[in-house]
Amino acid sequence: MSSTAAVAVHGAHGEHHELSFWRTYIFSEDHKMIGRQFLFVALFMMSIGGLMAMLMRLDLAWPDTQFSFLKILPQSLQQDSAITANTYNAEFTMHATIMIFFVVMPILVGCFGNFLIPLMIGARDMAFPKLNMLSFWVSAVAGVIMMSSFWVPGGPAAAGWTSYAPLSAVPLYTGVDWGQNLWCISIIVLGVGSLMGSINYITTIINMRTKGMTFFRLPLVIWSLFITAILLLLALPVLTTALALLLFDRMAGTHFFLPAGGGEPLLWQHLFWFFGHPEVYIMILPGMGIASELIATFSRKPIFGYRAMAYAMAAIAFLSWIVWGHHMFQSGMDPALGQGFMLTTMVIAVPSAIKTFNWLGTLYKGDIHYTSAMLNALSFVAMFVIGGLSGIFMACTPVDMYIHDTYFIVAHIHYVLFGGSLFAVFGGIVYWFPKMFGRMMNETLAKVHFWITFVAFNCTFFPMHILGMGGHMRRIYNPTQYDFLKPLEPVNMFISISAFVLGAAQFLLLANMIWSYYKGEKATENPWHANTLEWSAPSPPGHGNWPGPVPVVYRGPYEYSSPESAEDYLPQWQPVEHATAAD
Amino acid sequence: MSEAAAAEVHGHGAVADQYEPSLTPGNSGKLGMWTFLAGDAMTFGAGIAAYGALRYQNVNWPDPADWLGISLTAVMTFILICSSVTMVEALSGITHGNIAKMQRFLGLTVLGGIAFLGCQAYEWHHLIWGEHLSIKTSLFSATFFILTGFHGLHVTGGVIYLGTLLMHSFQRAYTVADAKLIEIAGLYWHFVDLVWILIFTFVYLI
Repeated sequence: MSSTAAVAVHGAHGEHHELSFWRTYIFSEDHKMIGRQFLFVALFMMSIGGLMAMLMRLDLAWPDTQFSFLKILPQSLQQDSAITANTYNAEFTMHATIMIFFVVMPILVGCFGNFLIPLMIGARDMAFPKLNMLSFWVSAVAGVIMMSSFWVPGGPAAAGWTSYAPLSAVPLYTGVDWGQNLWCISIIVLGVGSLMGSINYITTIINMRTKGMTFFRLPLVIWSLFITAILLLLALPVLTTALALLLFDRMAGTHFFLPAGGGEPLLWQHLFWFFGHPEVYIMILPGMGIASELIATFSRKPIFGYRAMAYAMAAIAFLSWIVWGHHMFQSGMDPALGQGFMLTTMVIAVPSAIKTFNWLGTLYKGDIHYTSAMLNALSFVAMFVIGGLSGIFMACTPVDMYIHDTYFIVAHIHYVLFGGSLFAVFGGIVYWFPKMFGRMMNETLAKVHFWITFVAFNCTFFPMHILGMGGHMRRIYNPTQYDFLKPLEPVNMFISISAFVLGAAQFLLLANMIWSYYKGEKATENPWHANTLEWSAPSPPGHGNWPGPVPVVYRGPYEYSSPESAEDYLPQWQPVEHATAAD
Repeated sequence: MSEAAAAEVHGHGAVADQYEPSLTPGNSGKLGMWTFLAGDAMTFGAGIAAYGALRYQNVNWPDPADWLGISLTAVMTFILICSSVTMVEALSGITHGNIAKMQRFLGLTVLGGIAFLGCQAYEWHHLIWGEHLSIKTSLFSATFFILTGFHGLHVTGGVIYLGTLLMHSFQRAYTVADAKLIEIAGLYWHFVDLVWILIFTFVYLI
């Protein structure tokens, strides 16, 4: 592979080359530093998004109550120390926006994508390092634009993260003027950053794999990031177009989504969900990939059905393009069309079930090591099953008619996005922390964090199913204004207290990361005895990833407990002498 | 993918004898450009689909021919297609080591782009100040200005991109090895040309 050779030469003399502080830490072109930058920014944004969630729960437990400590927040989040209908709208909108666009996507795709792809495929860096740097900084600008909307008159966007028109298209309807404009601009800018990232990922994975690293020897997390990058590449531009049209409606007086001028509000929903449903899988596929790595490594067994796992992800990605209408059953859709969307949606259960059973098959009779990373991966599978099953309820049109826009969907999205993606993120952080920072995370603290999070998570989100079945609508700041919801108020109180515990528990993760960064046990090259290529590099890897030549790959990524090796693992880069290995 | 599958079947020997060569050897930029164009195609695709949906819903959509000068845009289309031909000639020049030919035809391509933009500026000027058509007038005018405007931005970007390459080729003596730069730029330029043909068909002709 001539390109690899060229990069290898470049990497070799790159090592003795001292870069300035700015080039090393700020405007870095090194994929590992860019990955860390995405991680830090996303964790910071997670605290803001989490704060929004805490404010919502505070209000739902004690609606229309003044709390003097709320005074420190900007006027857009509280009025006279209380959360009002208007500020509540801003809070749930910004909670979802921040968590989806500035936390889950940057960590899964930005951090793990950047950090892992070159290391796991055996490349010195990404195909376009400058573009990679630009991708981070463009995304950071998008974050600054989004954050600035907290301080503009009228407050931040308050039309929900789905920004349904005409609610979002006419400033009068939400009372939000520049907040919504900045929201649109920020996500358009973020789309540009994401486009740069996905170009880089796709090109790197196709063109820069090391010798021996065939597509079907790629670790599943790389498969998942590859498929995710394709979804990002094709889905986000659709959102960009929709946002541009919305911005024209708001700022230039057009009527794309306004019936008054012949426009079509449903057009927004179609465009948004044509992006939105692939987006859902953008946020879960990398989680599936991470869980596959962790489960195989800590079961000390080859992943069950490697190819089926890769094909299932491709099938999910393909199906994600033809299911968007299931978000719109209640929007006045032709029942015949709705039935089609119902069927395509239910078909997604097939590849998802293949993956789930393959994870279980991997665990079956495995030598399971209950490390904190493994606990997070196992809870990913368990929570994903609950979230996946509640998804079937909503895919079913007649059931959806009843639970649409209730807390049932809030429970569902959090079971897949928090229970799924975030548990995978937590597991991934513990697992790859030694490679990222050269030190092990504190295992006890990580387990305490896991168990508190796991229990508090289920106490927070499981009762929401009950609220939803009871008719509790989502996005309502004071449910006690309806008599039929009053009996559910104790459930809301219970959820809120659990949510505060859940929120507080995340500081344990942060504390663990900070403590381990300075005081953690020094990590060896391959602390988990794993097979994939990143564990052949030093912890943390230097510029160019490997001090010597790029490793060559001899086998697939999951040869655990192989009879060819005396150890219970057989790394991808290790040649086997056939004569001796068998004895 | 079938190569990979075949490699896997024979791959139980423990030697690293199998690898898949890169799709665009020594030229990742080419694959990167193709990838970018796939994403950009979705941006235009969403715009054109939105236009179709809005037009389908509106019974009193005007006949484009009543407002838009088809003959002028036919000339614009012709200019853009010619600029694609000159782009091909520029690439042919550099791959055969004829740098002067490359520079001549790249210059013509840039001129074609500028001529196209000039015609578009004239058209917009006429519609805005002559016919008093603005983006606010109707969905017809709004979709027209946005689709042609977004394409015009792409042409502007292309003119800057190709112009920069042309200047660069004078500053630093280009050789056959630089053909990939011209090839990648050509991909972009042909894409912009192709999109125009779709816009010409959907917005002006139908």
